[in-house]
Amino acid sequence: MASTTPTDTPPAPPVDRPTPRSTGRMGDKVFLGLSRGSGILLLVIMASIAVFLTYRSVIAISKNEGNFLTTFDWNPAGDPPVFGIAVLLFGTVVSSIIAMVIAVPIAVGIALFISHYAPRKLAAPIAYVVDLLAAVPSIVYGIWGALVLVPHLEGLNLWLDEYLGWTYIFEKTEVGIARSLFTVGILLAIMILPIVTSVSREVFLQVPKMNEEAALALGATRWEVIRLSVLPFGRSGIISASMLGLGRALGETMAVATVLSPNFLISLHVLNPGGGTFAQNIAAKFGEADAFGRDALIASGLVLFVLTLLVNGAARLIIARRKEYSGANA
Amino acid sequence: MSHAPTGVMERPQPAPPAPKKSSLGSRSLPRLAPLGFAVVAVALGVGLSLAAGWESRIQWGMLSALFFLVISYVATTVVENQRQAKDRLATSVMWVCFLVAVVPLASLLWTTVVRGAERLDGYFLTHSMAGVLGFEESGGVYHALIGTLEQVGIATVISVPLGLLTAVYLVEYGKGSLAKAVTFFVDVMTGIPSIVAGLFILSIMLIANLEPSGLMGALALTILMIPVVVRSTEEMLKLVPNELREASLALGIPKWRTILKVVLPTAIGGITTGVMLAIARIAGETAPIILLVFGSQLINTNPFEGAQSSLPFYIYEQYKIGEVASYDRAWAAALVLIAFVMILNLVARGIARWKAPKTGR
Repeated sequence: MASTTPTDTPPAPPVDRPTPRSTGRMGDKVFLGLSRGSGILLLVIMASIAVFLTYRSVIAISKNEGNFLTTFDWNPAGDPPVFGIAVLLFGTVVSSIIAMVIAVPIAVGIALFISHYAPRKLAAPIAYVVDLLAAVPSIVYGIWGALVLVPHLEGLNLWLDEYLGWTYIFEKTEVGIARSLFTVGILLAIMILPIVTSVSREVFLQVPKMNEEAALALGATRWEVIRLSVLPFGRSGIISASMLGLGRALGETMAVATVLSPNFLISLHVLNPGGGTFAQNIAAKFGEADAFGRDALIASGLVLFVLTLLVNGAARLIIARRKEYSGANA
Repeated sequence: MSHAPTGVMERPQPAPPAPKKSSLGSRSLPRLAPLGFAVVAVALGVGLSLAAGWESRIQWGMLSALFFLVISYVATTVVENQRQAKDRLATSVMWVCFLVAVVPLASLLWTTVVRGAERLDGYFLTHSMAGVLGFEESGGVYHALIGTLEQVGIATVISVPLGLLTAVYLVEYGKGSLAKAVTFFVDVMTGIPSIVAGLFILSIMLIANLEPSGLMGALALTILMIPVVVRSTEEMLKLVPNELREASLALGIPKWRTILKVVLPTAIGGITTGVMLAIARIAGETAPIILLVFGSQLINTNPFEGAQSSLPFYIYEQYKIGEVASYDRAWAAALVLIAFVMILNLVARGIARWKAPKTGR
């Protein structure tokens, strides 16, 4: 009697109303899986870079008759294969240090210029011009350095030798064009300017306006504002920006390979042509290397990898720690 | 009664005849003074350099800059005071820093355009180096263009989805130690030298006995490209207002559709910009190509087999030949490469400005 109507109506609404074409559960799971998977893949790539390079390096170093760290030679094809990274490590570090000494003050100056000095309308175009420096491919820097910068530096080299030769570092004992670690350092400085500038600029723009206005209210000049409130706030930012630049300078290949005339000697006379860097050596020696020679080059690449990893990791840790307590991003 | 007003009157009286002159009343240099200093400094610098017989313009510029700093410091000390002078000195130093950075960029672009235009024409763009000897005037860049486009194309096809998904994971899902580790290593990965990425693929090639080909180079470029894409996409996704996500979720739309239909479209302008900048960056990479693609004088349209060339590699190769004709070819190829990269950059920034998410600031 009454049982027919209840049984007829209840089944109907549940079928019609929810109409769950998809709950999205499956899609969510798949999507999360995909995105997490690609994150994990990145970690796997990083790990496998370390593993593969180490594996090939062990093969090379186990057959090396010289000392990998102290040998002043690169001859993996020789009868007793001999190769060492001493010269490369020295050249890499020295050219990067020269680059840092030149680039960091200038970059900080440009960053301050953009954030605090430039007329407001000019600031954005100037920042753009500096970013353009970063967009120029390194090989173009390389041929520009070799064909334009090197001739231009002859005069500067002579001048440095004449007036600063007593410092030993700037003594030019060998005659030859300026295909030296010093020139490489200058070129690297130009190349790392943009990254150091843009990272420091970001930090300077984060300085709390209150601090600057407080200094201005006390009658500080613009320079005093910068010295009292901007630079103290931005110090860790400048340090990490410099380290990011250092990471770039350490691993730069083409600019060094085109400018430097390499040899396997360690000399603190940075104006003399000669020396070498990890990346330059790999690019230059690869063509003539046999299978074992390639392993030897991979071994030197592993050292470069570890070096840049340490420098970049440290820089990123400093930035990350700063972010946590600065409160500027909150 | 009269005491109170006089008492009040007495107080402000010491102020008007203040012993110190207020800064508003002190002498100051006219606004255009720095310009005058600059003119004098450049004149002095160039004059002295010519007198001393120096040839390099770099020295002229450095001397002029030095004169500029000294003149503006001394003049301000004399006319104004020590503190103002320091301020002026700092301002001048900033200007000099900026000019110092512009000079190499201007020189580089100028040289590339002038030297490159000598050789760049339709013939150069449509012919390869097949059968051309280093000192000969003919030959072109066609094979290298094809190589670059294919290698960069493959790298883009692989790294854009990977990079996008990783960025989505970091912004939309990422919590806990895995996300932290990924963020950190993406940052570190940005700093991997291109030659190390090349060596990594090389070691795989040595183990798996693979032949050099465009694909191998593209894989190395992928490693360099992914972190750049992740970083820029991440920044853009963070700019998408949370209200949009919440509105979508409140309508009962599952999270993955929210991301695909709301979050990504909102940020698409910035993401495109990031991808194009990443392409511009890897298009100029030479080192991995030297190790993995080997270079070829012939047209090879198959990136999966056989040696190829690429624009940056071509420049290096021509530079190393060291003949006048090959230098010309190197500059012309450099002009092509720079034009490619700069156009990508300009378009990317145009898109960024046009499609920028409105953050309300």
